[in-house]
Amino acid sequence: MGGHFSNTGALSTLTQEYRRRPDFFRGACLFACILTVLLLVFIFGEILLKAWPAIHKFGFGFITGTQWSPNREVFGVLPVLIGTIASSFLALLVALPLGLAIALFLSEDFLPDPLRQVIRFVVELLAAIPSVVYGLWGIFVVIPLVQQYGTILSAHFGFLPLLAGPAYGNSLLTASLVLALMVLPTITAISRSSLVVVPYSLREGSYALGATRWETILRVILPTAAPGIVASAILAFGRAMGETMAVAMLIGNSQRLSWSLLSPSNTLSALLANQFAEADGIQISALMYAALLLVALTLVVNLAGEMVLRQTQRATAGLR
Amino acid sequence: MKPKPLHFFSSPKGETSFFRLLRNRFLTGLCIALSLLTLVPLISIVILVIRNGLPLLSMNLFSQLPPAPGLEGGGFGNAIMGTLVMVGISLLLAVPLGVFSAVYINEYAPVSPVSSAVRFVAKLLTGIPSIICGVFAFAAVVMTSHHFSAIAGGVALAILILPIILLTTEQALMGVSSAYREASFGVGATAFQTIWRIVLPDAMPAIMTGVMLAVSRAAGETAPVLFTALFSQNWITSVLEPTASLSVLIYNFASLPYAYHIKLAWSASLVLVTVVTMTNILAQLIFSPKHR
Amino acid sequence: MSTEEHPIQIPNSTARPLELTDDFSPGETNFIKVDNFKFFYGKKEALHGINLEIPSRRVISFIGPSGCGKSTLLRNFNRMNELIPGVRHEGDITIHGTSIFDPSVEVIALRRRIGMVFQKSNPFPMSIYENIVYPLRIAGQGDRSVHDETVERCLCSAALWDEVKDRLHDSALGLSGGQMQRLCIARAIASSPEILLMDEPCSALDPIATAKVEELIIELKKDFTIVIVTHNMQQASRVSELTAFFYLGNLVEFDETRKIFTNPSKLQTEEYITGRFG
Repeated sequence: MGGHFSNTGALSTLTQEYRRRPDFFRGACLFACILTVLLLVFIFGEILLKAWPAIHKFGFGFITGTQWSPNREVFGVLPVLIGTIASSFLALLVALPLGLAIALFLSEDFLPDPLRQVIRFVVELLAAIPSVVYGLWGIFVVIPLVQQYGTILSAHFGFLPLLAGPAYGNSLLTASLVLALMVLPTITAISRSSLVVVPYSLREGSYALGATRWETILRVILPTAAPGIVASAILAFGRAMGETMAVAMLIGNSQRLSWSLLSPSNTLSALLANQFAEADGIQISALMYAALLLVALTLVVNLAGEMVLRQTQRATAGLR
Repeated sequence: MKPKPLHFFSSPKGETSFFRLLRNRFLTGLCIALSLLTLVPLISIVILVIRNGLPLLSMNLFSQLPPAPGLEGGGFGNAIMGTLVMVGISLLLAVPLGVFSAVYINEYAPVSPVSSAVRFVAKLLTGIPSIICGVFAFAAVVMTSHHFSAIAGGVALAILILPIILLTTEQALMGVSSAYREASFGVGATAFQTIWRIVLPDAMPAIMTGVMLAVSRAAGETAPVLFTALFSQNWITSVLEPTASLSVLIYNFASLPYAYHIKLAWSASLVLVTVVTMTNILAQLIFSPKHR
Repeated sequence: MSTEEHPIQIPNSTARPLELTDDFSPGETNFIKVDNFKFFYGKKEALHGINLEIPSRRVISFIGPSGCGKSTLLRNFNRMNELIPGVRHEGDITIHGTSIFDPSVEVIALRRRIGMVFQKSNPFPMSIYENIVYPLRIAGQGDRSVHDETVERCLCSAALWDEVKDRLHDSALGLSGGQMQRLCIARAIASSPEILLMDEPCSALDPIATAKVEELIIELKKDFTIVIVTHNMQQASRVSELTAFFYLGNLVEFDETRKIFTNPSKLQTEEYITGRFG
């Protein structure tokens, strides 16, 4: 981040040099910049414009409505909104301990370095696998597993609303488990980088006071890196909310409200993926409205994550 | 002198110390176990993709069209073609825009309102869900032209990769030593000559890395092309008509009740994962260490 | 073992007699005993068979040029060097006659007995109060009244109480550099150790803060055996009673500080003291 400015001293004189001779290329580059900025305006403007009929017609009721039936031209996204947040939250719940464990594993020296490199490579590989392949794998591996064990679970714990039957394979739980896998690299990468910047002197200080390794980790290192870990969780949450294909293939696409993790559900992005191709008329507009909500949600979450992250960088800079 | 008892350096409450050490070991074991646990799904994915994808793998896959539902035989040549065309279109749009913008914000005006705005936009674009790129292309291209098309898919992918290209190029330009720029100005070169002949060539490996990463990302994405390029059973003949892509093929065929189509989906996954991983690794290899 | 055999002729010192006889019990002359101790970083031998006996409740300074092994030896007293991969040692170090490398010795218990203060002050990013009770908490001591008492006692010992008593629950990172280092000293004595190891504790401090820490060190020797590694020879002469001069992994000379600085018996020591190398 600060890197931009490390060489501006040298550049500023050069910039003056550039400025003295305005050229065509400079104009072209400036034009590209303006296009880039206008693009963002255009993206939001276009979506807003196309969503306008639905916004005008349904207003706030769109968000609180629980029915989504294109035939009757009734559109409400509350179940989908809940599904989006629930699946992302559940994914985070699973991914955070795992991601944190890997981040610690990568930043501490429990095992020799080659093995750590392997794990690191594996996590990077996880990030590179296309979403749709996760979906395909989920259909053939996770859905049967969730169906099988979900049935057993709901048979024994069905009195709990969260595990009420009947257990579907295409469910909130399935989608969340696969989402967890997909956001794991985000959590690991950001947590790891906030763990490795914890100064060695703090570890040393703790060991010298007679702390064990894990007392040091739990009481000194994790609290020091906490803002970065929180940021990683927030950004992972944002990613999970925007993740489309795997979720669309696994979540069951049902707009019915249910407490059970074993019931089908839906998310904003899966809704868009499933309905856009065949939509027309006011349904397109409603989908645009939903897209706008998705953008707003992810934007807020991402900005919050960025802010926490920036705060972290400032705080750890103070530790140096 | 009388030596102190050997247990002088054991903790006064020996038991507490014992449990502390026990807990220490337990947590270490737990941490290692959880880390290794994540290997399980990954290995499962890799094995399944290879095992289910390999049997069908042959040249026919790349040269033939997908079969009609219920029939067997054929491949997904058109989907590979479609993916290539759309990734190509997206590069054509995003590379000039991204690289030129990066040149401006790093070379011409590092500290200016325009540059801050561009950096901000790039950051925002990185964060928006990929399906939003599709939604925009649907609104801007499909709804205007009344056709699903390769162009619309390419536009959606271009928005997806623009921030990747822009930000990696900016990083690449930052890595170029200012001594080169000074030397070039010293011999009387213009800004254009300096950037075009000195700065860009020097930054080229790092820019290429960004482009490769963008290609790998674009090839693997489904959401942006799902309802912009849609799908097609036939070879692409024009960029103005619905176009098949590997990722959408996987999505469409995965939920079909026909065994052969599902096998095709696995084979397509194998091809896609291989291409994406290879591009990724290649990107890291191109990247010359001096820019680090 | 009797005093006569002791390599350091402490009672015979003339110019400024150390008050060693006051509370000096002969049994404690070899409180810390380093016995033919060798230390290796991988293949590199950093210490070549050190023999050294340190009496209790004194300030001992280790001096010598960079890389001479003084810090390495210091960090062996509380086995901090074990955190570095690929190190090993030969020989022995005993404290109170107990080998610190004995399998029955628990490192975490050993380190509670031996406090350490580092070159760069390293307060944890928590409150002043929490910094000091940290060693108590990890040992399972959760009693609030014990915490309160320890915080006040340690801060008083570290001459920091008056400066921070009104903001005990503020972040320790808000303190000045000198205050941070004194907080680290307070934290190091919170687990009631007998020995304090100081690894160039003032090298990052300004002269005024340094003076305060030095005053503190002299004060603390009533209760602790203090071993201090320093590059600053004035500091060694100001605070310590005994000085060990290390060079290239060897202990060249160990004697009363006054003698080391006025009349060293080895040429190398003299050359170093007078600034001809190092």
